[in-house]
Amino acid sequence: MSSHGIRDRVAIVGMGCTPFGELWDKGLDDLIVDASTEAFASAGVTKHDVDAFWLGTAQSGMSGITLARPLQLEGKPVSRVENYCTTGSEALRAAAYAVASGAYDMAMAVGAEKVKDSGYQGLNAVNPPNDGTGRTLTAAAMFSMVAPAYAEKYGVDIDQLSDVLATISAKNHYNGARNPRAQFRREVSKETICASPRVAGSLGIFDCAGVADGAAAAIVVRAEDALNYTDSPLYIKALAFSTGSGSGLIDPGYDYTHFPECEWAAADAYAQAGITDPRRQLAFAEVHDCFTPTELVLMEDLGFADRGTAWKEVLAGTFALNGELPVNPDGGLKSFGHPVGASGLRMFFECWLQLRGEATPERQITSDKTLALTHNLGGYPGEMVSFVSVVGTQRG
Amino acid sequence: MRGIISTAGYVPYRRLARSSVAAFLGAGGGKGTRAVASHDEDTTTMGVEAGRSALRAVPAAAPSSVWFATATPAYLDKTNATAVHAALRMPSDVGALDLGGALRSGMGALMTAMTGTGTVLVVLSDQRDGLPGGTDECFGGDGAAAVVVGDDGPGAPVVAEYLGAGSATDEFLDRWRAPGDRRSRTWEERFGETRYVPLGREAWARALKAAGVEQAEVTTVAVTGMHGRAAKAFAAKLGLGTDVLADDLAGTVGQTGAAHPGLVLSSVLERARPGDVIGLVHLADGADALVLRVTEAHARWVPSRPVDEQVAAGAEVDYGRFLSWRQMLTPEPPRRPEPARVSASAAGRSEGWKFGFVGSRDHASGAVHLPPARVSMEGGAVDDMEPVPMADSPGTVVTFTVDRLAYSPSPPIVFAVVDFDGGGRFPAELTDVDADTLSIGDRVEMTFRRLYSADGIHDYFWKARPLRKVPPVADAGTARS
Repeated sequence: MSSHGIRDRVAIVGMGCTPFGELWDKGLDDLIVDASTEAFASAGVTKHDVDAFWLGTAQSGMSGITLARPLQLEGKPVSRVENYCTTGSEALRAAAYAVASGAYDMAMAVGAEKVKDSGYQGLNAVNPPNDGTGRTLTAAAMFSMVAPAYAEKYGVDIDQLSDVLATISAKNHYNGARNPRAQFRREVSKETICASPRVAGSLGIFDCAGVADGAAAAIVVRAEDALNYTDSPLYIKALAFSTGSGSGLIDPGYDYTHFPECEWAAADAYAQAGITDPRRQLAFAEVHDCFTPTELVLMEDLGFADRGTAWKEVLAGTFALNGELPVNPDGGLKSFGHPVGASGLRMFFECWLQLRGEATPERQITSDKTLALTHNLGGYPGEMVSFVSVVGTQRG
Repeated sequence: MRGIISTAGYVPYRRLARSSVAAFLGAGGGKGTRAVASHDEDTTTMGVEAGRSALRAVPAAAPSSVWFATATPAYLDKTNATAVHAALRMPSDVGALDLGGALRSGMGALMTAMTGTGTVLVVLSDQRDGLPGGTDECFGGDGAAAVVVGDDGPGAPVVAEYLGAGSATDEFLDRWRAPGDRRSRTWEERFGETRYVPLGREAWARALKAAGVEQAEVTTVAVTGMHGRAAKAFAAKLGLGTDVLADDLAGTVGQTGAAHPGLVLSSVLERARPGDVIGLVHLADGADALVLRVTEAHARWVPSRPVDEQVAAGAEVDYGRFLSWRQMLTPEPPRRPEPARVSASAAGRSEGWKFGFVGSRDHASGAVHLPPARVSMEGGAVDDMEPVPMADSPGTVVTFTVDRLAYSPSPPIVFAVVDFDGGGRFPAELTDVDADTLSIGDRVEMTFRRLYSADGIHDYFWKARPLRKVPPVADAGTARS
């Protein structure tokens, strides 16, 4: 048994991404058409050139028809995938593996979510009929338990930790303010962040991802064909996925200060991509900052900081836009917004822009490094799915 | 010899200070407190808690039947005693019956068990409502009692021998409630009094005669009934002094309707001594009386949670929240979807977990799985586990949070990761808790609750609540947070 990966066998040759936000005037079909049209144009192809499609949507629609109808795809293989908040990454993984297998020449991944039609705050999972003994907590509450556990384990004063978390939020807002497609395009001071109304535990509104509608799409082909479509493709170096057994919830050994699913996915991705020192080899990283403590812990799970030190690195600016390893230069879930099925692909979209030098100048990272990482998770501490990818501009 | 093998009361944690009614409404209220079932309690859950306490004191007792009596059933048509039966993890050959509707049903169940056969767990439970500012709201109370009635036997001796009983019945209108109504209605108070006092005296005289004792031999008499004035007048007519008349808990708990004879009897028995003769009179559409003698075995009976301690351990609930819990006032809910109804078949498959809080323990690794699992999280053995009842295991808070966004009938949700003594972890909702007093490392115990109701289906499951150090009984009646 081994995870071999598909390093340098598949390339992204076109991408699209809608602005994210409370898009009251756009339906799911509009989002899908907008993102897909931009992706087709980006690759210089039409829907007829694409051999197979994967739609990632967590709960905005069922089956491939949800994509086939708005795009009017006739007779093509179209599948819908779902894997919590990693749904968009799953769509790309499926499309990339389909091309790598030789089954298709060109495949497309679309991630889309219409969240804001529910009329409720936050994200709302719809559960199948059950015995009524499951948790009814929000994701914010589950992740809020990470903060005091981390503070306790590493001896961080709880007020200092609040400052750390506010620094993360402020950084992502700073980046999002420089991203025209982001949901929240303004900087927010740490004072405002700390004074925001509490949602769960010590987490306030500004510790939580933006709840947004949106869609993103990517077109993939075999690496050797990539230059037929673009001068600057993104080569897939690693696609790693890890699913926990859910036992963290009931295992007295779990301490809520790390996410093993993310550590496993990162280790697999680094092995696939041949990365030995992610902090120094990556130009930047897009990570799943659903809540500020999540981003903090991920810096350690992904090997960007040693255990118990990420909080110091955050305060030192290591992960700021001009820092040693920028994290979430597009504003992340916090500021870009989190349309569940689209988020994983949105992270690839930032890699697509940044590594090709197409990000807005105010947030364009200048680096001679050619690799970037995306990290996407779904679920909760103790019960999680996690995805890590590495993409790069150089083949081989 | 037949009689009581064990008994326990259940007084919910929250207290309404009667003075807070007038502060809110400008009128009504009174002195003292009443016990208030939390938003996640009903007569079934309170009955379960009383049943757990009564049985905990006599592990050898094996009831052949569970009788559940209430005037405020959680379900009609559907038996409520089956949920009690399931939560107490009783085998299927133990019967479960509801005796419901009327305020007389609790005392009736108790007396019927005394004269019957086999070991019967008699559960009395009630939740008393009234319109804001009214007498019933103020002087009613919520609570439950469980009485294990049976024959004297090894390991489960009779602690109070049944000596005799008497009844007096008459058809008259004093208090009534149409099905579906939340409030009761009463006739002019004096009318009931003129009926109850003579009926009480007749029943009491018959009980004494049946027991073969004189009133002078009786150590303690407890008089209960929703007609407080009649109960007082009856006691006065009998010439019962304060040395004989038991505290009816009216000042602290309130009148708990069908549950009250059991609750006051539990309180009296917990304080009694071998040789004491105890009388219990309940005034409801007539009168019922029974006489008991405390046995030598009583000295070895250790009630797990005395009523007096529960009375003393309560904490206040403000009147606004009380009204919202009773659906007399509807606060703005969180803007989150309400939970869907429970699936009957899914709940049926998980009866042991959902109602009994029974997990599983892997034979090879010893790992405890909550809920029970077929494949072990340690070692991966398949179908090699044994059931592990966890409801009576205390635990420790590993970490916790307060969820201000999630749906709850009474937000916010307080939620903790709990490690149980002896192994096992479960992330549980907390109840009967003030979040700002909770700390990592706090000790908790499990309690059977109703999470919510949807489509008329009640979702019963277990929550954790702080294990409280009970203050000295001298502090009885004072609220603490």
